[in-house]
Amino acid sequence: MNKILGSITLFYHKLGSYPWFYSISSKLLPISTFLAFMIFLLGIVWGIFYSPSDVTQGEIYRIIYMHVPAASVAQSIYFSLAIAGFVYLVWKMKMAGLFIKAMAPIGASFTILALVSGAIWGQPTWGTWWVWDARLTSTLVLLLFYLAIIGLYSSFDNKKTADQAVSILAMVGAVNLPIIKKSVDWWNTLHQPSSIRIFEESTISSEMLYPLLICILSFYLMVFVFGLMAMRTEIAKREMTKDWFKKMVKKND
Amino acid sequence: MKQHRKNRIYVILFVGISILISIFLVFSALQENINLFYSPTDLKNNPPVSDKSIRAGGLVKENSLKRDKDSLKIKFEITDLKNTISVSYEGLLPDLFKENKGVVATGYFYSTSNEFIAYEILAKHDENYVPKEVKKALE
Repeated sequence: MNKILGSITLFYHKLGSYPWFYSISSKLLPISTFLAFMIFLLGIVWGIFYSPSDVTQGEIYRIIYMHVPAASVAQSIYFSLAIAGFVYLVWKMKMAGLFIKAMAPIGASFTILALVSGAIWGQPTWGTWWVWDARLTSTLVLLLFYLAIIGLYSSFDNKKTADQAVSILAMVGAVNLPIIKKSVDWWNTLHQPSSIRIFEESTISSEMLYPLLICILSFYLMVFVFGLMAMRTEIAKREMTKDWFKKMVKKND
Repeated sequence: MKQHRKNRIYVILFVGISILISIFLVFSALQENINLFYSPTDLKNNPPVSDKSIRAGGLVKENSLKRDKDSLKIKFEITDLKNTISVSYEGLLPDLFKENKGVVATGYFYSTSNEFIAYEILAKHDENYVPKEVKKALE
């Protein structure tokens, strides 16, 4: 038991170290980029060319292969920001603050992708690009939280104050996540309830579900890749003048 | 864990719980306003008092859809399986508008005649995704 706890603590301390993260991420990047790209290709080609068309919507339903994965990672990234905010506020782990700074623009991008792909789907199926129902509005609020985090961070000169402020904001915004998730069940909305169910049979046929799950997996891998890249950039920005960074750059030349 | 870290966790928990409670109160006060549309039962029990436009939603009742021969005028009924209201509308319809499918109409409700004059019709898609071939095989 003590051994396990010890190795967790060791991993945690390593995770907080910039040099360790920088070297491990350079090893992880090529393989994860390759995996993300191949799985994305598999999912999207299967979804667009080899899955059957829907009985009521025809071909337009295929936007699901972008929309659902984008919306899923958009919410998960925010959840991870809230956890990082908690870690930063309690343990003052610098890496957690850096994580929020690096991930917020990625989360914002996927939220925009979810909103835009949803609007493009909504126009022909619902008859409108946008409606102020609970699901759409709460997702817009998610985007606003991401933008607020980005804006708040850049409004401070001092990195420490900035990290602290965005940590608080990231945690406050997390209350929006269950609202997004349950909005379609709690209120009358135009948006349909989720088709992928965990505890009962999904209401999407398995021929459409499998490529969708692959697309979702590939989006998470993509976020992992983008996240590593963004964090490396941020580490480079903060540590440019430090000895370990100069040494490493020299070694790689 | 060190005492000052424990204290920070307590502060975070306290602030977090206060925010949760206040958000819960706000949302329970707004419950009605967050709903995108009223069901026919809502309209029957609490007819709108103002002359503002509202949204009504439910299923398009089977065999209730009547199209005008030489214009884009249509009439149909919205049902929530307990109550129905009759709707009239003139204009283009979304692709998914069909009998027995979800619909959200925006317009004015006249409770005395149980009539709804709509100026916008939105179709609601349900959570079912079924391949064409499967549907054919079932029929």
